[in-house]
Amino acid sequence: METGFTLSWIDYLIMIIYFVFVLGIGWALKRYMKTANAFLEAGRAMPAWVAGLAFISTNLGALEVMGMTGSGAKYGMLTTHFYWVGAIPAMVFLALFMMPFYYGSKARSVPEYLKLRFDEKTRGLNAILFAVMTILASGISMYALAILMEKVLGWNFHLSLVLSAAIVLGYTYLGGLSSAIYNEVLQFFIIVIGLLPIVILSLQDLGGWSGMKEQLAPIVTEKGFAPDTWTTTWKYTGSAEANPLGVEWYGIFAGLGFVLSFGYWCTNFLIVQRAMSAKSSTAARNTPLIGAIPKMFIPFLIIVPGIAALVLLNKEGSGFTLPEISPGHYNYDYTIIALLKQYLPAGVLGLGITALLASFMSGMAGNVSAFNTVWTYDIYQSYIRPVTGNKETDDKHYLFVGRMATIFGVVVSIAAAYLASLFGNIMDFLQTIFSMINAPLFAVIFLGMFWKRTTGHAAFTGLLAGFFIALLHHGLTVPEGAATLVKGGWIANVYTYPVEMAQNFWTAIFAWTTATLVTVVISLITKQLKTDDDLKGLVYSLTPKLKEKHVAWYLRSSTLAAFVLAIATVLTILFW
Amino acid sequence: MGIDIKFPIGLMFTLLGALLTFYGLFTNADAALYSRSLGVNINLWSGLGMLLFGLIMLVFAFRTHQSKKR
Repeated sequence: METGFTLSWIDYLIMIIYFVFVLGIGWALKRYMKTANAFLEAGRAMPAWVAGLAFISTNLGALEVMGMTGSGAKYGMLTTHFYWVGAIPAMVFLALFMMPFYYGSKARSVPEYLKLRFDEKTRGLNAILFAVMTILASGISMYALAILMEKVLGWNFHLSLVLSAAIVLGYTYLGGLSSAIYNEVLQFFIIVIGLLPIVILSLQDLGGWSGMKEQLAPIVTEKGFAPDTWTTTWKYTGSAEANPLGVEWYGIFAGLGFVLSFGYWCTNFLIVQRAMSAKSSTAARNTPLIGAIPKMFIPFLIIVPGIAALVLLNKEGSGFTLPEISPGHYNYDYTIIALLKQYLPAGVLGLGITALLASFMSGMAGNVSAFNTVWTYDIYQSYIRPVTGNKETDDKHYLFVGRMATIFGVVVSIAAAYLASLFGNIMDFLQTIFSMINAPLFAVIFLGMFWKRTTGHAAFTGLLAGFFIALLHHGLTVPEGAATLVKGGWIANVYTYPVEMAQNFWTAIFAWTTATLVTVVISLITKQLKTDDDLKGLVYSLTPKLKEKHVAWYLRSSTLAAFVLAIATVLTILFW
Repeated sequence: MGIDIKFPIGLMFTLLGALLTFYGLFTNADAALYSRSLGVNINLWSGLGMLLFGLIMLVFAFRTHQSKKR
């Protein structure tokens, strides 16, 4: 299939206007960036709605959009498990039970919380891993962006890479975290408005939801599933063979709904940083809850068009195709691109392409702004140049270091992008490692927050043990039909999972369980070096309850949380 | 921090919305252009939607600005 587009002047004009605003926001923020706190923590002054939209936008990167639309075609509405059970409960938990400690402890990052709650070595381990992984992730999204621009717009790969890096560097260098957050909000709106026409036009084309359902039935039956498998969520999760995900309901519940999602949403500093930038403790708690509201409806924006694409793909005369990896095997990552091409005329097409480019770039900016915070506070300030006590020179110095870290982060990202172009598997590799790090981290932070007996030695050992068990499990199992060792089985092949997803779930479950057990056992046999006084504000039982009496009832976190859970339940029932 | 993000959001969407609305109006007769979008002048409708969204954002931004002054 020909993936290329020809854009007209109006499309380029829209793109240019958008990026003028992006850089303009950075420029307007420049004069407020006088201290390290303003640059790296956005001065802790964000209103809850801004932090909330940025929170969700950070996760709505281009790779997510492309991947989820592709999953819509591959798995149908089952993909919503990544949202309604795989994100919402974790976001509510983060808001109600974890934000009070992250925010209230005055920690400036997740690694710093580990330092306050446990000890230096636990922080050091987490900070260094996070810094390395974040930069790699930023490089990979840069690479994916440049590839897309080369294939779709016919632009030069190297030029696209340098240009996008320059724009990201421009606005994060000027405005720091505030700039990244404001641009994430802008990106959120442009992606919703840019993709909405595809949802409306594709559904109209297929005769609405019911028309699409009807046309899906023969396609799905041919694949060997019940006719309504693609338009339901839990109905066929009784056995792994009855649904295309290849996982039963309890696997979805434990793997996706608990370990993977809590590991991602509750401990990933990239995400948590948005809530930490909020202006008050109530705003910080409300950040994930406000983000959860649009999050629940994103499936309609990106999964539903993916399902429509599956129908179009099998419909004679629709003219819709996807590039093939091998004969009969489509590259579903291009689903969204093919849909843009199918339905959008010049004008809104520019808007759609801009939305994709915007989400690539804000993904990079998010990574870079999380990296420079961890680098400056958790690595540089802790191990290279500690605070001197002179606030004025310190502030200036760390602001300078933060800025340099931004430049360094972007330059290393470019290098990582070239690395990704050499090793095609690097993205799978990175995602695998990420899930191995996150699950134990969640186990340790959770125990640390809710069990005051948890010790520093235990946390450190728990993190390592969880990671090694994950590595071991990955080394001993393979998903069916795996072609490379990146997918697993590099030690021996002891067990074969029907799909890769199932392997990922169980890797995370093993990692989490091990980390929990090891941390509990070692906590019981080592001495708690921190007094109750040290742990005040860091552990649940030693922290006074947050009073929300002065907040209007409808703005209280508990009200919002109940509201979010109610909508998620209704959506689940509607699409059962 | 410093600026009220509602201003740039409102301004940008008003601008882009107006641009798409005009482009939609001028190309309204171009059937070939809109054959992809099932004959719907999607530029016009998207443009109007964005214009409305942008203006609402601007109204909120001005109201915040006014109440801060007071």
